[in-house]
Amino acid sequence: MSEKPDGIILTEEQRRRRRNRSIALGLVLAALALLFYAVTIVKLGPSIMSRPL
Amino acid sequence: MSLVTDTLIDDRAAASRAADFADVRDYFALLKPRVMSLVIFTALVGLVRAPAELHPVLAFAALLCIAVGAGAAGALNMWWDADIDARMTRTMRRPVPAGRVTPGEALAFGLVLSAGSVLLLGLFVGLLAAALLAFTIFFYAVVYSMWLKRSTPQNIVIGGAAGAFPPMIGWAAVTGSISLEGIVLFLIIFFWTPPHFWALALLKKEDYARAGIPMLPNVAGDGETRKQILIYSFILAPLGVAPALLGFAGLAYGAVATGLGVAFLALAFDIYRRESGAAADAAARRLFAFSILYLFLLFAILLVEPMFG
Repeated sequence: MSEKPDGIILTEEQRRRRRNRSIALGLVLAALALLFYAVTIVKLGPSIMSRPL
Repeated sequence: MSLVTDTLIDDRAAASRAADFADVRDYFALLKPRVMSLVIFTALVGLVRAPAELHPVLAFAALLCIAVGAGAAGALNMWWDADIDARMTRTMRRPVPAGRVTPGEALAFGLVLSAGSVLLLGLFVGLLAAALLAFTIFFYAVVYSMWLKRSTPQNIVIGGAAGAFPPMIGWAAVTGSISLEGIVLFLIIFFWTPPHFWALALLKKEDYARAGIPMLPNVAGDGETRKQILIYSFILAPLGVAPALLGFAGLAYGAVATGLGVAFLALAFDIYRRESGAAADAAARRLFAFSILYLFLLFAILLVEPMFG
């Protein structure tokens, strides 16, 4: 058990694909945040600020 | 090192390599974008033709949820069917059989998107639409993919219901109810599915045989398949005109649907009378191509008709 398994070394292409996946995931999350914002405004309208505490 | 540990590390390494090889477009492919485009289109017709108003932002959100839900069902289907996809030329380059996405990732992707799309549709527009979407995903992933597809030649007849629900979901998103009009739109796609897929199955039966899928031509023979295509076309053609007869589509729709229905029947009859050879293949290819145009035109007219009064 003395030898350590070699780490996985990504090729340039694999790095590029991982980066693309990360960017796509970021864009999807940003779009979701925008969608939640828009739907909240539409559903609550002007009453969004006037809720009882 | 023990064998178990070795195997674990090998598996992890293999999974990691596969994961790092997946591009964004592989995950997009898991959503079956071509099926998704038909779902978006037919759901949009349900949203537009429903006799009520839905704020455009909510309509967009509903459409997005329906599209993602359908895509999630596609991902679950690709996870489950990876073994048979690998044996068919039409599907062997899909992300899971090609090894670019691991089965576990496809499953997780499908489950997360299924839950997310149903939950958000429920929050955005209502429970009925969300319940219908959940049922559609369940029907496609479990009833069709896991149960019917490998066990009966009626697989695409019953499984076709999954593809027929989107306009009804769109309708329910606006009205919060199920109505006769939504059911008619459902029935049009439901009865359109068998002739569409059986025309393809006549051309790809070697592929289906290699994968062990009991499509109708493989189980009952070409002759029976051609007869069934004709029978379903006889049901479909009048159903296509039904929206005009029932008064929720106009004269233009009625005229075009009649013409398209007659053409569909003529092509189905052409398949029926050509028993084998290149002419029979050509007839099947023609009906397959025309069936896509048929459904597209029917729903396109339903979509644009209100704009012209």
